[in-house]
Amino acid sequence: MERKTPLYEEHVALGGKIVPFAGWLLPVQYSGVIAEHMAVREKCGLFDVSHMGELLLKGPGSIANLNHLLTNDYTSMEIGQARYSPMCNENGGCVDDLIVYKKAEDDYFIVVNAANKDKDYAWMKEHLLEGAELSDASDDYAQLALQGPKAEEILKKVADAADIPQGYYTANFDRKIQGMDVIISRTGYTGEDGFEIYLSPADAPRLWNLLLEAGKEEGLIPCGLGARDTLRLEAAMPLYGHEMNDEISPREAGLGIFVKMKKEDFIGKAALVERGKPTIKRVGLKVTGRGILREHQPVLLNGQEIGHTTSGTFCPYLSQPVAMALIPKEYSEVGTALEVDVRGRKVPVEVIPLPFYKRQS
Amino acid sequence: MNIPEELKYTKSHEWVKECEDGTAYVGLTDFAQSELSDLVFVNLPEVGDDVEAGETFADVESVKAASDVYSPVTGTVAEINEELLDAPEKINEDPYGAWLVKVENITDTVDLLDCAAYEQLLEEEA
Repeated sequence: MERKTPLYEEHVALGGKIVPFAGWLLPVQYSGVIAEHMAVREKCGLFDVSHMGELLLKGPGSIANLNHLLTNDYTSMEIGQARYSPMCNENGGCVDDLIVYKKAEDDYFIVVNAANKDKDYAWMKEHLLEGAELSDASDDYAQLALQGPKAEEILKKVADAADIPQGYYTANFDRKIQGMDVIISRTGYTGEDGFEIYLSPADAPRLWNLLLEAGKEEGLIPCGLGARDTLRLEAAMPLYGHEMNDEISPREAGLGIFVKMKKEDFIGKAALVERGKPTIKRVGLKVTGRGILREHQPVLLNGQEIGHTTSGTFCPYLSQPVAMALIPKEYSEVGTALEVDVRGRKVPVEVIPLPFYKRQS
Repeated sequence: MNIPEELKYTKSHEWVKECEDGTAYVGLTDFAQSELSDLVFVNLPEVGDDVEAGETFADVESVKAASDVYSPVTGTVAEINEELLDAPEKINEDPYGAWLVKVENITDTVDLLDCAAYEQLLEEEA
């Protein structure tokens, strides 16, 4: 049975098309994926991402545990800083990818994928070293994502400027927006500037409506999972279960910069050393023929399968069909002509650079 | 939801316009385009291809997913709406103007619904 987020009634009232996703009932779209996508690229969009999981890690052994459980290095972090990392299994495949915030000394706030939350929590508990305690705080937090070039302007209308984090990938903990306790993080999954705001589920509808009202002039609209996926794909951000899974290593998924092989040890390091330099690479494909690429379609060279697409869609901002794919390195050069088997039809494609979209800063 | 009286409908949300010369235009209903939303690709058969009642003959894709389109009739494709290949959004904008194919030599049809029966079907599905 799927759970409702604290904003379910808001989604229904706004005409959201509700679908089950990762155990939750969430809107796939309101006005339409393209309109919502473009709003985030050009103005601003508001997403309910309350389904995401929140874990807390506390204690003097926290850093040692993060460095043991995750591939990135957490040794030096400022309070308020956020840092992304894959989490590997013993074979070097991915358990999940997540973001760790340093809330205070020996006090970390970890955000994980909804679909993997229970698995991650169990995995981390099982592999926890001494000196730190892990708890699942997912039921204590709703999360709203305010994304787009107008996000800061809109947030300033409801929050104190002093509470708005200035650096990308930083967060302010224990702040208030009109009396509501919030964490404001300058992060997102759209390729735009924006904020992710964590707060009590009971307060979520009030903040949701406050933001929608405040952002009316700037063109803020509510956005669903459909646009969230096309936005992250256009920005070439990986999604667990697509670009990575329990077999694909983060290095193969193009996340090598988040894998610190020089770190003394971490779960999966030995396997990654053994697997050696990745022989496959995550690439961008654009359609040169006609058709729309989707996930898990065979990529062909001279009719032979050499890999598969991991995510694909029609990208609204670029106004063209694209996909990410995992293929052998020797065929990954930009400009290489390949084909994708789209439900039995061979569609000509070309390797192009990632990301498909990068915001002008 | 717009359901023109002069057209016939299928349970899979295609419309059929039967012409006096025995040919028929086939398209997607307003309900279908609204459910699919934001169409970005249309794959049509070629002129001269045979289509079979109840079988898929084209596919349309929204940003999110691909959907098959089922032929309401058995016959031969006489014409395709080439304009849609470059502008699939016309199906969203004008579902009853944006026909997909014109079929000739029609020998069979699926059970077609009139406007009232189709309206009832939509109510039942809602």
